[in-house]
Formats: sequence, structure tokens, C-alpha cells
Amino acid sequence: MSRANTILYLDGVSVSFDGFRAINNLSLVLDKGEMRAIIGPNGAGKTTMMDIVTGKMRPDAGEVYFDGDVDLTRHDEADIAMMGIGRKFQKPTVFESHTLEDNLLLSLKGPRSILPALFHRRSTAETSRIDEIFGLIRLGDRRRDLAASLSHGQKQWLEIGMLLAQDPKLLLVDEPVAGMTDAETEETVRLLKDIAQTHSVIVVEHDMHFVRELGVKVTCLHEGKVLSEGTLDFVSADERVVEVYLGR
Amino acid sequence: MTGRFFAGSATSRIAITIAVLLAIAVIVPILNIAVPTGSALHVPNYVVGLVGKYLCYALLALALDLVWGYCGILSLGHGAFFALGGYAMGMYLMRQIGDRGVYGNPLLPDFMVFLNWKELPWFWSGFDQFWFAALMVMAVPGLLAFAFGWFAFRSRVTGVYLSIITQAMTYALMLAFFRNDMGFGGNNGLTDFKDILGFNIQANTTRSGLFAATATALAFGVFVTWCIVGSKYGKLLMAVRDAESRTRFLGWRAENVKLFAFTVSAVMAGIAGALYVPQVGIINPGEFDPANSIEVVVWAAVGGRGTIVGPIIGAVLVNAGKSWFTGALPEFWLFALGGLFIAVTLFLPSGIVGTWDRWQPARPARGTAKVDVVPERIVAPAESSGAHPMAGAKPQPQPAE
Repeated sequence: MSRANTILYLDGVSVSFDGFRAINNLSLVLDKGEMRAIIGPNGAGKTTMMDIVTGKMRPDAGEVYFDGDVDLTRHDEADIAMMGIGRKFQKPTVFESHTLEDNLLLSLKGPRSILPALFHRRSTAETSRIDEIFGLIRLGDRRRDLAASLSHGQKQWLEIGMLLAQDPKLLLVDEPVAGMTDAETEETVRLLKDIAQTHSVIVVEHDMHFVRELGVKVTCLHEGKVLSEGTLDFVSADERVVEVYLGR
Repeated sequence: MTGRFFAGSATSRIAITIAVLLAIAVIVPILNIAVPTGSALHVPNYVVGLVGKYLCYALLALALDLVWGYCGILSLGHGAFFALGGYAMGMYLMRQIGDRGVYGNPLLPDFMVFLNWKELPWFWSGFDQFWFAALMVMAVPGLLAFAFGWFAFRSRVTGVYLSIITQAMTYALMLAFFRNDMGFGGNNGLTDFKDILGFNIQANTTRSGLFAATATALAFGVFVTWCIVGSKYGKLLMAVRDAESRTRFLGWRAENVKLFAFTVSAVMAGIAGALYVPQVGIINPGEFDPANSIEVVVWAAVGGRGTIVGPIIGAVLVNAGKSWFTGALPEFWLFALGGLFIAVTLFLPSGIVGTWDRWQPARPARGTAKVDVVPERIVAPAESSGAHPMAGAKPQPQPAE
């Protein structure tokens, strides 16, 4: 298969730890500009796959390519983040003792070395970019509050905003609506759809209702490999998927 | 003034601290030298020496605050950087003795003559020059911290494991410096200093000068720490403390962030040690004792870590208490210190300054988050316990996922 037009290309990836094969010969291809939802029962390897893509974990075997020709297995987290892969954690992880504004400021695309950070003065371009992101994630009225004071759902949005500030090409979003109310979930769907217009996105989620709302191609993982792939209707009609979700 | 000191925002508090330090740098020497001994305003020599020593400790505690309070690196080996700075200064002071030593050797310090050494070891050369010694005071602790941090942070050693290896570092240095072969006077260390920059080290004018230098250095240390903490880098430092993996996935190299702070902190500790040695007149391997480094942690914890001013208050208060205790009830001092640490951990987890900040209900500082304006549609409660609206509150560092 050609890697030419892909943003992410995994082929034959395997990784095991503690004697457990978390990813087993996984192959997955994401085209540029595509949004994909990944579903699968607990322990299917969804988060481990993200660990591999973002450089937190090295695969035992297989190929992982970003943007067609960058071998991700040769780079670490910081490198990969700079190349343009943003990741939202399963548990929302923001800088709680900083204001929302500072959270975004630290995430903005720009030099990542110590001295520029030490003598940094905020430019008007940065300020307007921050305003823009606040407009997207709709937290502008809380900008001077500490991130610790946000609700769980708002933290999820702030974290997505931080990802956007990085200006990545690919966003990996792990369980963005966990713990959200229906209203919040709807907001998140809107936000992700907005983002997907200009970015490639992978969303990992359990919530089938949410996945349906997204209306994108779905990949179902099970025991570290792809079980089924297609539209949600196709996947949920697949007997093996039903079996995995409902038990035998 | 005390009222304003506590009531004001962190910024004005720090500005006041700098002003107070600069003021005592001028006033105390004047009251010591120019005011006659009988006068009520006279500051006796021993007070100058004692407070000067406390201020050195305060600078050491401030150095620890930069890494512990702002970056979450609990160093249990900061005494090592302090002692190395002290040794660098001690070597200069030894070479200033010249031929006035017991053995009258113009080149070799007494302990080398005693050990039958024929020539000065290479690492003692250059220490007859003050500028060289001053450079080494900063370079030696700085380089050690850089090398140590390079390996430790790159290997992602964190938390209690990092604390343990910092402790091992200072312990190893203590054992090494105890050896006569090391060439630093072994067990006895370096002492019997005569003068510094040509001034008699025993003279009260010199001591007042050292006091002024210490207070100024501490004021400068506060200023530098304040600038660092207030910069974007400072925000990053706290971000690494609170969510290290988040910073990595944003493209920051957390190890470099920590390494910079650790190195700056070690240099500050080295300067503190260098100011300490001429005031107490001796440096020996006991300064590397892990217990000393732990005591520094107690000072910072008592005053309030991550507040800049807190560790200074903590260092002065605890050491003043120590001076009183070791005079009045010497056998109880260690119990008191241990009890103090337990009490602070249990009842004042954010220290004196941090606790004070928490008691200020309606401070206009940016920390006062408007919890009440959470929009109605948000029903999901903030599930993390870190919802303290105060700037002094430290959300627990959270692992990713």
C-alpha cells in the first residue's frame, strides 16, 4: 500500500509488555484530512496505539509513518509533538495552577528551548491566536481563572484548545466526552467537526451515540488488531463486533 | 508593615522583602560599627555573625525553593552544592594565609605540610586569586548539578527515586571529602583563616562587610528567582511540576526545563556556601551530611514552598529556634526539629506563607478564581480534588492518563 497520501500509516505493529500482547500485528491507515473514530472494548489497545504514535512507547515490530515518510519509531515525544501530532489524554490533563490563558500560551506553536522562554514577551500575534482559540473552545469568559477551577468537561475542551494552539497536522483525541453531559457532548461534536475541516483527527471513544454524531469512518479494535472497519452501521452490524461487545 | 507584608499580593511581598534585605545590608553594619557599644541601638558582633549565617541559610533555602517549590524536584542533596561553594571559598581563604600558618610554609596550607606533601595539588592552583575562587564558587556546584541533572532527568528519574540519588550524591561527597587523600583537609576541613581580600577576617568591620554582602546576595537571589518564576519559562517550570507528560506532548523537553532550574539553584546554593564559610570560619565534610540537606527541606516546608519569601522566613525562624534551643535545651533540639516537621506536614502543609495566603478570603490576586460563574449547563462536577482557587494551592502532580 502506498504511504504517499497518508497522514498516519501503521503496518504490522506489535508491542507487548508484562507478557501481555497489547498490540498484535495492527495495521491502520489514515488519509490526510480524514477524521476517524476508533472504538473497541477495554484492553483493545486503543491507548497503547496512541502511545506508539506519540513516541511514548516503541513497538517491538512494524512500521509507523507520519505524513508519508517520517518514521515515528525513531523520535521521542517532544520531537513528534513538534512535527505536528497533538494528543489529548484520556484523563484531561491541563496545567491546573495556571490560568486558562497561560495554559494556551505554553501550548502555542513556537520555539521550545529554554532561553527564548526565559525572555519571552507575548506578541500581539500570540494574543490574537489565543483569542481565536478561546472563540473555538468557548471558554473566553474564564480566561483569567485557574484551570483547576474548570469542570471536567471544560478541562477536556481546554486540553483540545491546547492541542489546537500547537497547530498540529494530526490530533489524537482519547475519550473526549468521558464524563460529559449530553449538552457538553453535543458541543464537543461540533468542536471536533470544526477541527476536522482543517486537520486530520483520530478520536477514540466508547460512547456509540457520540460516534454516530461524528458520522465518520469507524475502526473497531480488539485484542490489539483491527476487527472491523467501515461506517458505523457496517461495523455495528458485523457479527464479530457484536460478539466482542456483547460476549458469546 | 507586617500587615502590608502579608496582606499584599505576592508581588508586593517580594518587593518588600528585597527592600528590607537591602535596608538591613546598610543599617546593621552602621549600627554595629558606628554606634558605640554601650548604646541601646548598638548591634553586637555576635548578632551580626549569627544573622549573617541565617541569611546564608536563607539563600540556600531559596535555592531549594526554586527546584522544589516551583518544579517539584525534592532535592535532598542541596547541602552538597552549598558545601562545594564553601570549599571553593575556603580554598581561597587557605591560600590567603600564606606563610602565617603554623608551619610557615608560604605555598602549602598547614594540613598539606602535616601530611608531608611536597607540592600544591593541581586543583589548588588559581585559588590564590579571588576572582578565580569566586568563579569556582559558582562553576563547581553548577557543573556538578548540570552533569548530575543531565543524567538523572534524561533517564526520567523522578519523585522519591530522584530524592534518594541526590541524597546518595551528598553522602558520597561527604565520604570522599573525609579522606585526607582528597586534598581538602580531610576530617578537619579548612579553617584558621586570616583574611579575605586583604581584610582581617576577625575584624568587626570585615564581618559587617560580609553581612552586607550576604544580605545583598540574598536580595539579588530573590530578585533573580522572582524574574525566573514570573517569566514564561517559570510558568513552564510549574507546568512540568504539575503535568510533566503534558509538557512533553506539547513539544517541550521537560528534562531541559528541569536541568536549567537545577543548575541555577545549585549556583545559588554555592554562593550561599561561599558567603557562609568566611562568617563561621570553617568548612569541613560535615557540611555534606545528608541530615543538613534534609534540614534545608524543613526550612522551606515551614516557611512555605513555592512562595520565594516563605523559605527565607522558614530558614531564619528555624535557625533562630535552633540557636535558642541548643543553648537552653540542647538535648531536645533534634526532637523539636523532627516534631516541627511533622507538625508542619500535618497542620500547615503549605507552610507559614502558604497558609496565610489561604486565609485571605477575598484577595484580588489572579488566583481568586470565580468558581461561582460556572455556567449552568455544566453539571459535571470538578472531579479532581485540586479545585482550590488559591494560587498557593498546589494541585497534585497528575500522571497522564
